Amino acid sequence: MKENEIIKGDHKAILDMVEQNSSVLDLGCGGGELLELLTLRKNVRGQGIEIDEQAIYRCVARGLSVLHGDIDTGLSEYKDKAFDYVILNQSLQQLKHVETVLFDALRVGKKVIVGFPNFAYYRARLRLFLRGRVPITASLPYTWYETPNLHFLSTLDFLDYCKEKKIKIELKVYLAADKPMRILPNFFANIGIFLISK
Amino acid sequence: MTKASVGTVETKYFTFANSPEAFSLESKEKLGPVTLAYETYGTLAQDKSNAILILHALSGDAHAAGYHKGDEKPGWWDNMIGPGRAFDTEKYFVICSNVLGGCRGSTGPVSINPKTNKPFALDFPLITIGDMVAAQKALIDHLGIDKLLTVVGGSMGGMQALAWLVKYSDRIRSAIPIACALKHSPQQIAFDEVGRQAIMADPDWKSGNYYEGKSPDRGLAVARMLGHITYMSDISMAEKFGRHKKNNIQPFKFTADFEVEGYLHYRGDNFVKRFDANSYLYITKAMDNFDASKDKPLHEVLSGKPLKVLVIAFKSDWLYPAYQSKEIVKVCKHAGIGASFCEVDSTYGHDAFLLEIEEETHLISHFLKSVSQKRGKA
Repeated sequence: MKENEIIKGDHKAILDMVEQNSSVLDLGCGGGELLELLTLRKNVRGQGIEIDEQAIYRCVARGLSVLHGDIDTGLSEYKDKAFDYVILNQSLQQLKHVETVLFDALRVGKKVIVGFPNFAYYRARLRLFLRGRVPITASLPYTWYETPNLHFLSTLDFLDYCKEKKIKIELKVYLAADKPMRILPNFFANIGIFLISK
Repeated sequence: MTKASVGTVETKYFTFANSPEAFSLESKEKLGPVTLAYETYGTLAQDKSNAILILHALSGDAHAAGYHKGDEKPGWWDNMIGPGRAFDTEKYFVICSNVLGGCRGSTGPVSINPKTNKPFALDFPLITIGDMVAAQKALIDHLGIDKLLTVVGGSMGGMQALAWLVKYSDRIRSAIPIACALKHSPQQIAFDEVGRQAIMADPDWKSGNYYEGKSPDRGLAVARMLGHITYMSDISMAEKFGRHKKNNIQPFKFTADFEVEGYLHYRGDNFVKRFDANSYLYITKAMDNFDASKDKPLHEVLSGKPLKVLVIAFKSDWLYPAYQSKEIVKVCKHAGIGASFCEVDSTYGHDAFLLEIEEETHLISHFLKSVSQKRGKA
């Protein structure tokens, strides 16, 4: 990876949350872009889990450790606090068993980083409210018939959930068009990223 | 990058455990002297850090790559070993030895028992996958290699890679078990037992004492035919043979007239020319008895070790199904060691580890690169 390469906003936010020389488990790591970034910039000891075979080949080509498998069933063998961070970036909303995985992530990781598309983003609201159509936005780019997303939540939904389950929110980052958004985030941000712990 | 063969190669021999010291087996029995047939490809680096040990499957041998003088067929994993190939001999020093108990140059039941000056036959002690690996370690010591970059193999070769993790994890930097299992399932033991029974039911077997007369070729051929069925998949057989018939001549009611029958006969008949029936018994028994967590849970043995593991399985492999490879992955997770796993989408069945060259080359070449770089950094 070149030094001057443009880093995606969510990756940049996560990069800032992760401490140097820590260990990271990336659930749903895709082709390994984030994990490689963390390895190069933060010298993390990284492990990925990914369900798509072709993405596994891309991860391996980046020199990453990656396991081909389903994260819905993939965490039980890890010991408590086996990793400094467990990352669920853009994968939470695609899980079958959100609660099981999230609590297992909080067990396996000292801290968990969760990033997901905000369903209450104003453009999504407008499309639903004015046009009467299911939202299609930069962070929710899929049509209703091909979306891999199973759960639709807003950043406030997630905060409510954490409060109810007594999950500690350590950091909140909101992004709009890849840049931090601090004004009315549940309205103006299309991505929320949270550093949480139990 | 040009991909090429390693060219003409020769098998070498290493003999150790000469009397009075003998080689101690896991059964506590002693064996000696012990000879291992082995081949090497590429050049050992000055610091001896680039050595890779290739581990063969049940019917394999030391001849993994290149050509023996006058031969038309190359070694059994030739398309993976050579300049520019997965095990790049421009970078790595590649070693492959015939297993202890084998019949392709290493000490086994066909070897001469120094006490009787006759072949051991069934006087040969029962050997284990661990014993095979202990003998390989003696060869690695002899070659002056302190740490192997990796140990790698498919099927029984994968089980040997696991045995290296069990016994000598401080002598390796990584392991690549392919299409294998931490231990055989009852189904796998059952297939092996039918193969053994086919051999022992052959009247020419004579309780193993056949070396002066006719060998139990029919029994061994049937064992091999059964083996080949388990190495393929329903789809790969359908694609390869369909229900095609060989010809219309029927000299006998039960002539092998389907192509698949002819193929199995051909495979069986060829196998007996190069394999010893007693070796088949000993080696399959060693596989059945293998259990990577027999003495101590493997995750405890590996816990916190600076190792990397690459596990490869194949979707259509029903002899060593992918769930068994996932068991290995679970051990790595539990032990907290860096692991990669890929279940390759292949229709070739268990044979895929010899055939899915492109996927294996991609996975293995990058894995080896990261293992050697990691060392550079540390």
